[in-house]
Amino acid sequence: MRARLAFSIAAVFLVAAMLVGILVGAADLNPLATIAALLDKIPFVHLKDSLSAVDQAVLFQIRLPRIVLDVLTGGLLAVSGAGYQGVFRNPLVDSGTLGASAGAGLGATIAIVYLAGAGPSVVPVAAFAGSVAGVAVAYVAGGAGHRGPATLLLAGIAISMFFTAAQTLLMQRSTQVLQNVYAWLLGSLSGATWQQCLDILPYTAVSILLILLHGRHLDVLSLGDEEARALGMNPVRVRLIVLTASALAAAAAVAFCGLIGFVGIVVPHVVRRLAGVSYRLVLPLSLLTGAGFLVLADTAARTLVSPGELPIGVVTALIGSPVFIWILHTTRSVRT
Amino acid sequence: MIQLDDLRVDLERTPVVKGVSTAISTGGWHALLGPNGSGKTTVLRAIAGLIPYRGTITVDGATPKARDRARLIAYVPQAPTLPPDMLVSEYVLLGRTPYLRYLAGPGRHDHEVSRNAIERLDLAEFARRRLGTLSGGEVQRVVLARALAQEPRTMLLDEPTSSLDIGHQQHVLELIDELRTSGGLTVVSTLHDLTTASQYAHQLVLLDHGQVAAQGTPGEVLTAERIAEIYDARVHVATDESGHTIVTPARPLAM
Repeated sequence: MRARLAFSIAAVFLVAAMLVGILVGAADLNPLATIAALLDKIPFVHLKDSLSAVDQAVLFQIRLPRIVLDVLTGGLLAVSGAGYQGVFRNPLVDSGTLGASAGAGLGATIAIVYLAGAGPSVVPVAAFAGSVAGVAVAYVAGGAGHRGPATLLLAGIAISMFFTAAQTLLMQRSTQVLQNVYAWLLGSLSGATWQQCLDILPYTAVSILLILLHGRHLDVLSLGDEEARALGMNPVRVRLIVLTASALAAAAAVAFCGLIGFVGIVVPHVVRRLAGVSYRLVLPLSLLTGAGFLVLADTAARTLVSPGELPIGVVTALIGSPVFIWILHTTRSVRT
Repeated sequence: MIQLDDLRVDLERTPVVKGVSTAISTGGWHALLGPNGSGKTTVLRAIAGLIPYRGTITVDGATPKARDRARLIAYVPQAPTLPPDMLVSEYVLLGRTPYLRYLAGPGRHDHEVSRNAIERLDLAEFARRRLGTLSGGEVQRVVLARALAQEPRTMLLDEPTSSLDIGHQQHVLELIDELRTSGGLTVVSTLHDLTTASQYAHQLVLLDHGQVAAQGTPGEVLTAERIAEIYDARVHVATDESGHTIVTPARPLAM
């Protein structure tokens, strides 16, 4: 009952956030005509299209692909954050903790500094590779899951520090490209295209599906490795699968949109307050809520200082940090 | 019937269990006794398949795989992990884990079994409560409900009453005995109170330094001389009117 209510709220939130994102922006779109134009795209629905050709282009070629990319990225970040939290039985971890973000940062910096001539797609590829490599190194260094979640977590923190130091060293030695590195690090969804949405879709589908299918396994894992094994489950295998899928999800988000912090921590926490701690609910609700949250954050990023843009990572951190502090002060009632 | 044959366990290269053999017959209550560090909990964890061991442990003549073992044997540790914000109903439902296919969620039958377990342990009014809000006695019942939802044939209980006062101890032990007799369960538990062990268990296995020092009925195992030798304790041993052995600590005269 409570679950159904929570799902309804999250779904309404996502749809409302997308509508806000579609209607708010530099070009003023007539709300009714816009909604009519959108409904007209649904097969078998035919509505008189009163939107001008320019507004049509703004809607379908600029705003809509960006909002779809927001939805996919927000979902990826929130679900991977919740996945990490389940694997580590720790509510304060996300892709930033396990070497994924640091690896992506180092990969992107290397690409920007050394491979700038290799074309525009080299940075996302390098970020993706760095993110996956960061998690893999942390996983192996942390005892491959056989020494419990705490060891893995500490290894992740150590690897993150190492990668961040290497990145700082590189940036300090090549100050002429600092601007480019910073622009990437802080994240951006500007200039999103349908092609990008299509490119990120397979990673999104595979990683999110894998994580969602392991909700009940993460619930069992919350009893600890020993009790999970006494229930016939293999905690090492579950941890490896969810960790891999979460790393893939985080890497895809980072590769396309740069580093966007706090979504992976804040969203699952808000969801827990709404619907309880079972991962069978936390994961799908995080997907919906994270998608809606990033649409709103990105709408703020592109409109608050219009015609300029705020980096999306700055907006999520500005919202995320106070929420995070609030969580820290109220953790007595939100524990996993 | 669970058969242990020359069971040996090393923890961090130190031999902790050194050749334990015993037969756990179906339907009874078997207690593992012994001083601290004698290997009681380790034997229990080996039977539950949680640690590597040498020797053989067979259940009805076979060595089951992890999932099959979890359908036959439920394990309740001394201090179970209880996620404080998890609901009692969610927690008990996790007992159905060994029966679920990898990618499937719990179905109607699983919900029904765990609801029955909750009712059996008088927890219906607690179903929507969070684990973190329960008292010690309630927690023990919730953990037993989860073990019961596993529909095991044997329950392994590590010090099931160690954190409870005398009244709750009695209540929980009676409850376990009731589950045992009405559900055809076999119970294997570690117990540190010797009198309690003689009141509830049919067969005692007394461990000392990882080896079996004695096994048999309470009357056979619990003698003042043996307890003095193994526990280094002075006790009086008596028999009450219903035939249970009563072990009372006696203060050394010199003090």
